[in-house]
Amino acid sequence: MAGPLLQDVPGQDIACGQALLTMEHVTKRFEESLILDDISLTIQKGEVIVLVGSSGCGKSTMLRCINALEPIQGGIIRLGEEQIDPKSRGLTSIRQKIGMVFQSYELFPHMTVLDNILLAPMKVQKRKKADITEEAVILLERVGLKEKAGCFPRQLSGGQKQRVAIVRALCMHPELMLFDEVTAALDPEMVREVLDVILALAAQGRTMLIVTHEMQFARAVADRVLFLDKGKIIENAPPEEFFENPKTERAKQFLNTFSFETVKGKDKQGK
Amino acid sequence: MSLEFITKYLPLYEKAAWLTVRIGFAGVVLSIVIGLLCAAIQYYRIPVLSGLTAVYIELSRNTPLLVQLFFLYYGLPKIGVRTDAQVCGMAGLAFLGGSYMAEAFRSGLEAVEKIQMESAQSLGMNRYQTMRYVILPQAFSISVPAFVANVIFLLKETSVFSAISLMDLMFTAKDLIGLYYKMTESLFLLVVFYLIILLPVSILGAALERRVRYAGFGA
Repeated sequence: MAGPLLQDVPGQDIACGQALLTMEHVTKRFEESLILDDISLTIQKGEVIVLVGSSGCGKSTMLRCINALEPIQGGIIRLGEEQIDPKSRGLTSIRQKIGMVFQSYELFPHMTVLDNILLAPMKVQKRKKADITEEAVILLERVGLKEKAGCFPRQLSGGQKQRVAIVRALCMHPELMLFDEVTAALDPEMVREVLDVILALAAQGRTMLIVTHEMQFARAVADRVLFLDKGKIIENAPPEEFFENPKTERAKQFLNTFSFETVKGKDKQGK
Repeated sequence: MSLEFITKYLPLYEKAAWLTVRIGFAGVVLSIVIGLLCAAIQYYRIPVLSGLTAVYIELSRNTPLLVQLFFLYYGLPKIGVRTDAQVCGMAGLAFLGGSYMAEAFRSGLEAVEKIQMESAQSLGMNRYQTMRYVILPQAFSISVPAFVANVIFLLKETSVFSAISLMDLMFTAKDLIGLYYKMTESLFLLVVFYLIILLPVSILGAALERRVRYAGFGA
């Protein structure tokens, strides 16, 4: 699946240096506990941002706030010029511009792969079925799933379901893609096939915000890595800098949990 | 067993069977309407109404149909509402069935995970579209087994209608036994006619369950 995947998909102009998503002093609370603590962030068009941090630090909540699946208690989130607010009337039109892929796929189990992809473009964007089908089939072919178009989600493996979920989001021609730990529920062999698709999207210049625990992948795909701890962004750096020379103790600790001392090496020292 | 007796009274049973079917199906259709309304009220937790619905459901599920029918048949005229036995039968069946259907539909709705709704919303669908294309089809296919069981249960419950002097199958059989003491023939015909009514329903129900399970349902 290497090579020029998923190119010429509409929904983005590769004009970098223009702010696409801005978060200003965003605060999110669940009852008493503070989940997001004064988050400010700008994502430029074409940027790939990877969000890392230990579980419970607010990464997923941040994505959910951006898609207005959670209300925020303070601050402001904007996509381009439009404010994202769960109560606003234009919410459905903003959400069309933000594609979201969930950890648990969330394909619609009662529909075939193709119908899953066609549903929103047809009903929400009122586009012609023939046009979307053509596009869907091309995209499915590029992620290696053309022959699965007529299958139901239950007939697919986790990795296949996740690739379908990505195609489904892409067919809405979003300006921003959000990935919420999309490989966390997958068997190790299937992780690769999904990450390859995301890498291809990055190569094509898509704007993406990715939450992941795959550090190798983060390093390969990110323009910038954000490290979230207790609801605050405490590191914001290019991947080389973040992985080689993290500024905070907390990030060092976090990165250490991903490396192992070899047992053999210890033996040698003992001798 | 007297074949002569059976052929002689077959038309009487046929007439009674139609009455059972008519009132039974009207009651079932009304139950579905009431059930859908109640399930929607409870799902969206509409204030006041959802409290009233809960009271209705408990009242309806925890009292026998016979008692409900007696209330309608003997009670309503006392407060000046005149109804005939057929309307009473339908209303009674709908009162009982409404709560059973409501519970079947509500459990289906609640079994669809919330994140499916979020998945639909993240694709830009509004509340109506999310309900229509994503939640309802799934909720329906989850509800189908309970729904089919309820339909069969309600049609069988029509056998208590004889207590409010509706000339349904049960009434006819009891009548013939009382008049001619032909126990075997009368009961034989009774069983056969109930099976004629209910077996097709049961088979259709099973087919519906298979269809929603394997082929999916909806958009």
